Amino acid sequence: MAAEELKTGPLEYRTQEGQMSIMGFWIFLGAEVVLFATLFATYAVLFGRTADAPLPSELFEPGIVLIMTFLLLTSSFTCGLAIHEMRRGSVKGLIFWMVITLALGLGFLGFEIYEFVHYAHEGATLQSSAFWSAFFVLAGTHGLHVTLGIGWAILLLIQIKQRGLTNVTSRKFFIISLYWHFLDVIWIFIFTSVYLIGMVI
Amino acid sequence: MHITDILVTGEPIIYGAMVSMALGGLAILFVLTYFKKWKWLWREWLTSVDHKKIGVMYILSALLMLFRGGVDAMMMRVQLAFPDLGFLNSQHYNEIFTTHGTIMIIFMAMPFLIGLMNIIVPLQIGARDFAFPYLNALSFWSFFFGMALFNISFVIGGSPDAGWTSYTPLSGAAMSPGPGQNFYLMGLQLSGIGTLATGINLMVTILKMRAPGMKLFHMPIFTWSTLVTCFIIVFAFPILTVALALLTIDRIFGAQFFTLTGEGLPMMWANLFWMWGHPEVYIVILPAFGIFSEVIATFAKKRLFGYNVMVWSMIVIALLSFLVWVHHFFTMGAGAFVNSVFSVSTMLIAVPTGVKIFNWLATLYKSKIEFTVPMLWSLAFIPSFILGGVTGVMLGMAAADYQFHNSYFLIAHFHYVLIAGTVFACFAGLVFWYPKMFGHKMNERLGRWAFWLFFFGFHVCFFPQYFLGLDGMPRRLFITNVAEWLPLNVISTVGAVGMALGFVVFVYNVYYSFRYSERETTGDSWNGNGRTLEWATTTPVPYYNFATVPYVDEIDPYVRMKEEGKTTFEEDEVKPIHMPSYTGQPFIFMALLGLASFGLIFEWMYLAVFGLIGGVVMMIRRSFDYDDGYYVSVEEIKETEKKARGL
Ligand code: HEM
Ligand SMILES: [Cu+2]
Repeated sequence: MAAEELKTGPLEYRTQEGQMSIMGFWIFLGAEVVLFATLFATYAVLFGRTADAPLPSELFEPGIVLIMTFLLLTSSFTCGLAIHEMRRGSVKGLIFWMVITLALGLGFLGFEIYEFVHYAHEGATLQSSAFWSAFFVLAGTHGLHVTLGIGWAILLLIQIKQRGLTNVTSRKFFIISLYWHFLDVIWIFIFTSVYLIGMVI
Repeated sequence: MHITDILVTGEPIIYGAMVSMALGGLAILFVLTYFKKWKWLWREWLTSVDHKKIGVMYILSALLMLFRGGVDAMMMRVQLAFPDLGFLNSQHYNEIFTTHGTIMIIFMAMPFLIGLMNIIVPLQIGARDFAFPYLNALSFWSFFFGMALFNISFVIGGSPDAGWTSYTPLSGAAMSPGPGQNFYLMGLQLSGIGTLATGINLMVTILKMRAPGMKLFHMPIFTWSTLVTCFIIVFAFPILTVALALLTIDRIFGAQFFTLTGEGLPMMWANLFWMWGHPEVYIVILPAFGIFSEVIATFAKKRLFGYNVMVWSMIVIALLSFLVWVHHFFTMGAGAFVNSVFSVSTMLIAVPTGVKIFNWLATLYKSKIEFTVPMLWSLAFIPSFILGGVTGVMLGMAAADYQFHNSYFLIAHFHYVLIAGTVFACFAGLVFWYPKMFGHKMNERLGRWAFWLFFFGFHVCFFPQYFLGLDGMPRRLFITNVAEWLPLNVISTVGAVGMALGFVVFVYNVYYSFRYSERETTGDSWNGNGRTLEWATTTPVPYYNFATVPYVDEIDPYVRMKEEGKTTFEEDEVKPIHMPSYTGQPFIFMALLGLASFGLIFEWMYLAVFGLIGGVVMMIRRSFDYDDGYYVSVEEIKETEKKARGL
């Protein structure tokens, strides 16, 4: 398996093991797309089924959601910079941009939690109606992914400190960057099809 | 909470089951301790990442589940043949048809096929293991603990009783309170993770680890069917994951997805379930097609007729399988237009399926057939499966389905496709590759007995059910003492007994062959008729599979290799082989997640959180695990190969 090793090209692609892991992760992301697509479909089907709970248009506000979007989009950009630094062989740059990425991700999470609590105070909870169940599970699943991503990245940061850039560590960082960009794309869909549409209708 | 609140009490049959489970468990503990096998079990099996061993464990579990599901089936048949006896009450009957269906599809058919894929696919493409051996072990243990959870439900907490389709609102918290339905949800969720992981794992293995020169269109047809199946798994299983999660959140955390309150939509469950469920039936039939194709080509001693068409028809079936789910609930009232669309798409599936049938027939045409046991199963499959397919098309006509739906006609249909397709294939594949796995063949005479008993039993059991359905007998009914139905029900039960006998003979044959069968001396077990690379390895297969991987640039490469005298041991080309190390982590990881699931089932949140934290700790450990295996030395390889080949 790991027997042959290429001498050129990005570190993470040099071993067959690295190539296979990356391909496997792409397929996994395909499955994740289906997972979120199912959640989006559920949300769409249950749209408007608010029962006695508040309407989304009464609760959704552009302010916070715009900030969240800004934070997450920027974090995707800094994550890209981190990988760029990695490709240049700079562990320092990688760590620097990755930490910023995580800080932005944490900020995003903080606002999301604040927002959920706020909605709950207004009487929109997981239990209050089919619509709000769908909303909380869709946004919550995304938030859970972000949380996991942050935890995972912290583990990788410790490993890069210990081991420096190798075929394995760079593969791990490359994969988490794919994951992070993927979450960003999902958020764009949540932002538009949940929040923007929810505010208007 | 008192112990009697958790254990199921008051049912003689269940007391019997408890006692026999306890005794069986004690017997296993005793044997392992007495023969000092604990270490061996842990070192050689529970920590194994070898695809061949994992495959064997899958198949053993699947056989066990075939037994459990079979016992359920026999109990239902007894009840239906003697409805006045009061053998089962309605609650017990509900539980049994629920566990029967779930176990047979999720814990029998899929793991059986995945077990065969595990063992055979790497051998067919010239790979040394899976792309991710650790993940493969993880898959197996997630399936195993999911299965264990589901199976203990009938003595602890009570079995689910809302059918294997678990339709809401019946399966929701309001109408099915208690842990029973949670067992269904968590058991499937846990094992579903493993199935998805296997899908990804096999896909990468097939795409990236083929022998040098082997193009996609050189791959053996069973490998092709596995690849296509993995594609379906990757795109269908997340839907199940979501459906199960939403229902779990409904039941445990009070959400309103499928409820009758809070404007929930119970019908959405049917949609989500079948958006996974229909692809799922193709997940269990495509590998079966692959197995039959291999067996038929081998014993017709010909190249499979229309290889390319076979591949393309599988791909078309896989795509279509995502477009027909509504045919499972035509009667739910989606309207004439929607029903018509799905009616047409359903009937379209019959086209590529029919193409495959003709290809098998054409392969057999004018060939010198060798009637071995795997070939018998394969030949029996063709006409039997056609009966299932044709009645499927009948069910696919929406207007007619208003009559057939949820009657025994439907029951007969899916047993004709699932048994004559999937189960026959499991038997065919197991007997066919048995020498590769265990170093000896299964006894042919006993094998034929098992086949004929099972084959006749099957038709006697299920053919009458078409007519029961046409006579209006609904499914999932436990009081059936309508004079008109009784004779056919009795006949059907007689057939079921035949199948049970066939199964018993099959299992006895495992023991008998272990004792008395001749040990294999060559790798090419079936009279030198092997066509694909798995037969080029020695028997038993060395743990690194191939000393040297041959160059492949055609279909059925082993035929030419034999002509040219080439083997998978070219002495001067041997290099050290990299292998993954064994590890107990997957077992522990999944045991912890099983514990977490158990906590959720009983809504004991401390236990659930504890198990989840344990799971996270295991993931962290894995992340810091930089063990990248070891190398097998050239000397060791040479020695092993020379011994096995008698050089
Ligand atoms: C020619 C191909 C097939 C067609 C046209 C077809 C059509 C159908 C239709 C229309 C139904 C729903 C009937 C109803 O509920 O009233 C159905 C049910 C079913 N089919 Fe098929 N089918 C085909 C092949 C298969 C195969 C290959 C399998 C599995 C190996 C399968 C397994 C099932 C199962 C398990 C159900 C019933 C599920 C339930 O309600 O519990 N079918 N089929
Ligand atoms: Cu279907």
